[in-house]
Amino acid sequence: MNTPISWIKAYVPDLDVDIETFVNKMTLSGSHVENYVKKDKNLEKIVVGKIETIEKHPDADKLVVCQVNMGAETLQIVTGAKNVKEGDLIPVVLDGGKVAAAHGDNTEYPDGIKIKKGKLRGVESNGMMCGIEELGSSRDFYPEAPEDGVYVFPADSGVKPGDDAVKALGLDDAVVEYEITSNRVDCFSMIGMAREVAATFNKKFVPPVVNVKGSGGNVNDYISVEVKDTDLCPRYVARVVKNIKIGPSPKWMRDRLAAQGIRSINNLVDITNYVMEEFGQPMHAFDLDTIAGHKIVVKRAADGDKFTTLDGQERILDSDVLMICDSEKEVAIAGIMGGENSMVTDDIKTLLFEAACFDGANIRLSTKRIGLSTDASAKFVKGLDPNLALEAINRACQLIEELGCGEVVDGVVDAYANPVSEKQLPFEPEKMNKLLGTDISKEDMLEYFGRLELKYDSATNIITIPTFRQDLNCMADLAEEVARFYGYDNIPTTLPHGEATAGKKSYAERISDIVRNICEGNGFSGAMCYSFESPKVFDKLLIPEDSVYRKAIEISNPLGEDYSIMRTLPLNGLLTSLSTNYNRRNKEARLYELANVYLPKALPLTELPEEKMKLCMGMYGSGDFFTLKGVLEELTEKLGFGKDLSYEPSTDEPFLHPGRQALIKKGNMVVGYIGQLHPEVADNYSIKAEVYLAVLDMETITMLSNFDRKYEGIAKFPGMTRDLALVVDKSIFVGEIEKVIKKCGGKLLESYKLFDVYEGEQVAEGKKSVAYSMTFRAKDRTLEDKEVSEIIDKLLTELGKMNIEIRA
Amino acid sequence: MNEKLSAIKEQTLAKIEQAQDASVINDIKVAILGKKGELTQVLKSMKDVAPEDRPKVGQMVNEVRQNIEEKLDEKLKAINRAARAEKMKRETIDVTLPGVKKIDGHRHPNQTALEDLERVFIGMGYEIVSGPEVEYDKYNFELLNIPANHPAKDEQDTFYITKDILLRTQTSSVQARIMEQGKLPIRILSPGRVFRSDEVDATHSPSFHQVEGLVIDKNITMADLKGTLAQWAKEFFGPNTKTKFRPHHFPFTEPSAEVDITCFKCGGKGCRVCKGSGWIEILGCGMVHPHVLEMCGIDPEEYSGFAFGIGLERITLLKYEIDDMRLLYENDMRFLQQW
Repeated sequence: MNTPISWIKAYVPDLDVDIETFVNKMTLSGSHVENYVKKDKNLEKIVVGKIETIEKHPDADKLVVCQVNMGAETLQIVTGAKNVKEGDLIPVVLDGGKVAAAHGDNTEYPDGIKIKKGKLRGVESNGMMCGIEELGSSRDFYPEAPEDGVYVFPADSGVKPGDDAVKALGLDDAVVEYEITSNRVDCFSMIGMAREVAATFNKKFVPPVVNVKGSGGNVNDYISVEVKDTDLCPRYVARVVKNIKIGPSPKWMRDRLAAQGIRSINNLVDITNYVMEEFGQPMHAFDLDTIAGHKIVVKRAADGDKFTTLDGQERILDSDVLMICDSEKEVAIAGIMGGENSMVTDDIKTLLFEAACFDGANIRLSTKRIGLSTDASAKFVKGLDPNLALEAINRACQLIEELGCGEVVDGVVDAYANPVSEKQLPFEPEKMNKLLGTDISKEDMLEYFGRLELKYDSATNIITIPTFRQDLNCMADLAEEVARFYGYDNIPTTLPHGEATAGKKSYAERISDIVRNICEGNGFSGAMCYSFESPKVFDKLLIPEDSVYRKAIEISNPLGEDYSIMRTLPLNGLLTSLSTNYNRRNKEARLYELANVYLPKALPLTELPEEKMKLCMGMYGSGDFFTLKGVLEELTEKLGFGKDLSYEPSTDEPFLHPGRQALIKKGNMVVGYIGQLHPEVADNYSIKAEVYLAVLDMETITMLSNFDRKYEGIAKFPGMTRDLALVVDKSIFVGEIEKVIKKCGGKLLESYKLFDVYEGEQVAEGKKSVAYSMTFRAKDRTLEDKEVSEIIDKLLTELGKMNIEIRA
Repeated sequence: MNEKLSAIKEQTLAKIEQAQDASVINDIKVAILGKKGELTQVLKSMKDVAPEDRPKVGQMVNEVRQNIEEKLDEKLKAINRAARAEKMKRETIDVTLPGVKKIDGHRHPNQTALEDLERVFIGMGYEIVSGPEVEYDKYNFELLNIPANHPAKDEQDTFYITKDILLRTQTSSVQARIMEQGKLPIRILSPGRVFRSDEVDATHSPSFHQVEGLVIDKNITMADLKGTLAQWAKEFFGPNTKTKFRPHHFPFTEPSAEVDITCFKCGGKGCRVCKGSGWIEILGCGMVHPHVLEMCGIDPEEYSGFAFGIGLERITLLKYEIDDMRLLYENDMRFLQQW
């Protein structure tokens, strides 16, 4: 919503504050000013001058030398303008003054252009005559200005030499742009904003006095109205104007419309637009001669109806679109746009004026379905006060009379089945103070209400709320009105007291914190990826057609296919990021993300999906599978369950290298997986490096985590260490050997460590050498050599069954 | 006897004085104090001394021995110290060479901002809770005073899955879930992902994060809301931060406010970060609407509360002066390594 200060002042004549104060105070009382433009921001020392004489420049054909009467003095000014003549009144910027722009130049000058006196081809010039562009405006707003040349005040403008030219042109104004919240429908109008301004600055609010003289006759002889769907059209007001005279509208109206960025068309259109700006009520004008049966019927369209709007477009309707019809045909889409078949032309004789109230939600949905929204529909969708319609149509008829645009037929047709009445609320000052934490007096509260036209009856202690304030429905709403005029700034600042509560993070979130620290301690940086992705991701990841991963939730109105399904795998975001890094030639990248995957219980969704948080880690560059595995080992050990995990060779995940992946399990419970990205998938993501990935389920990790530590004592008795080098078939994984070591070692095996794996000349073809260092210890005595030898013998026997021998 | 002892002492101390390395000291020790050493010999010749003089001579020998031992020890320490000093001189390293670092990971700035924010509120007794990202219309809209066909639904450009299930547009959805549980008082902070159908550009993302705060108790006032957020702003942005509350409208709070803080970059003088105004819009808040309390089974006559919602990315971008929101989701190492 934009308002020029000048228009606001028309209704708040006592308003007298500078623009900065205005903007700050309006913002603090609830009309958030987003921006304001001072039209005279860069206009300084610009005065009306009268050209007394014009002589040729002695040394330049294209220049003339003028003597200009500035009121107090006469100045010599040289100009190249061709449109001036002796006797013209023109704006002149004096020496040391400023203009907003340069002639014939589209450059923006944020600080304007300084003008100094000087010599033009040797002749002194003490100022500059200004064109409308130099004054920061355009011919759109000053159509009387010449296309090229100096602005010349019209003969009837009443200005005289020495006058402030900026004021004379109405450029001493500012346009203020507000962010109006959706609850304040009344503020989408000049009247509404003026009421807020008056209340904010506690000045008198003087709305226009609406009064239609009328020219006799009876409107009922011209038109009848029947509203069939009153749910969608609570009110329909019609008036008739005859002997229409189309012509230009007066300058004051054109100026005000221009300030709102509305181009003047003719008196009739301008009046409609003017009242829409002034009262916030859209109106529609029909040529009464096109209305069959001189009857208006308001009803829903039929499914599939076709209708041509006045922009010449054919629209397809449905039974939820409200239509204005005559006795034979549809003539307008209610609240959105009129029809070509009833539009006003220059030949119009009799005019049917409509001011109605339509259901906002219905108009909103209709504009979406039809794909057409207009200035009028934008007003209706907010949900207008039905009581506005009569006031607005009368204001329009008043202007028609004042502008000599036609003769208003007496009487109003008003289809208003269930008039809206004023709401009443109890006045509860104590409750309001309690909610706000203030101690505002009753009298002050009532004074604020008075400014807002809320009426108080002390006998019943009831506040009566005008119908234009649809947003005031309960004590809290009234408390906000009190607060904003008392000043949010003046409300004290306190802290809640009462029962103490424990500030804390959930256990799961604390586990996440540990995970983040360990990932980052190992070179992985936190990544953030989208939750939605393209269904093409599954092909990129080589996911089979029948895989459960493909059962993804689809967004019904996505931004595009690339963002159309909720991820069931945490990989694509991270791989895309790794790819971005790789293709930007970052030598290495290590990323992790903690985020949800979304697993539907059934499709289409009938209940909320499972949101499972996953830790996804990915890396390329230095390091390999075992670097990543080391991080997982650190992570799971710190969380207290690492020792019991197994890494089982797997080929389950299609997006991982079949020979380089493992399921991470505790017993039968799968915690996650780790592996090298399948080279084909790496190709699909344009990464020409080995990528390693690990995914862990956070819920499982959280459940397994265990921080219950007890002191176990420090060993008192010496341990015994035995090293064992084994010759093993290449195909045997050390994990299998370690299972046997653990089984045979029993309680006395304190620890074991793999310290060498060797393949090559020293061992036979198809074999590898694997060397372990094992430490044995008893808690209660010094071990005897014999005890350990027995264990080693048993171990070698067991390993022998796997064709494993001690290395010679 | 006396003279002999004095001579041994004088000669030995002189030798000790002249000694240059540890082996010489050892040699002197053997030559004087050893089994066949000079002083030992003197002791052995005690049998020739008159019995009444023996204690006196014995004492003299011991004194000399003690004196020599002390000097030997002292000199040995001095020699060792000098040798170590010499060795250390040769061991000098170039301390200006770079340190050896392991590859370091970096926290995402959005996460860091969140943790800074959470820390303040945990200190004020808030519990961190979470809620579903795929949510029922009921929690995202209906229970927040946004019934079907409410224009606010349009303003928030919702992604829908079905008619009733959507991607939450605001963490306020957690409010109703917590209130419904019926445990009072409530003092929670709920961070999380939210979704709105905005095309990606420098200041918009279809997926971003909010942090919702909710306090419900007896006698909670708007003054408490102001005080709480003013304190948070000071702790989060610095002790000189001022807050400005402006009236605003949210369907689920009444009265409602938007909060500006003095620009942390320029302190309120006006700069590029605050676009010259000295103030930065930081969050929306208000007193929980009585109708919302009612719908969630809380008696508004007995209880009141406040709620606030902070756009996390907005704060991250402002705090770290990041000029393009897309950087947060690109995960370029050269970006992440700066935090």
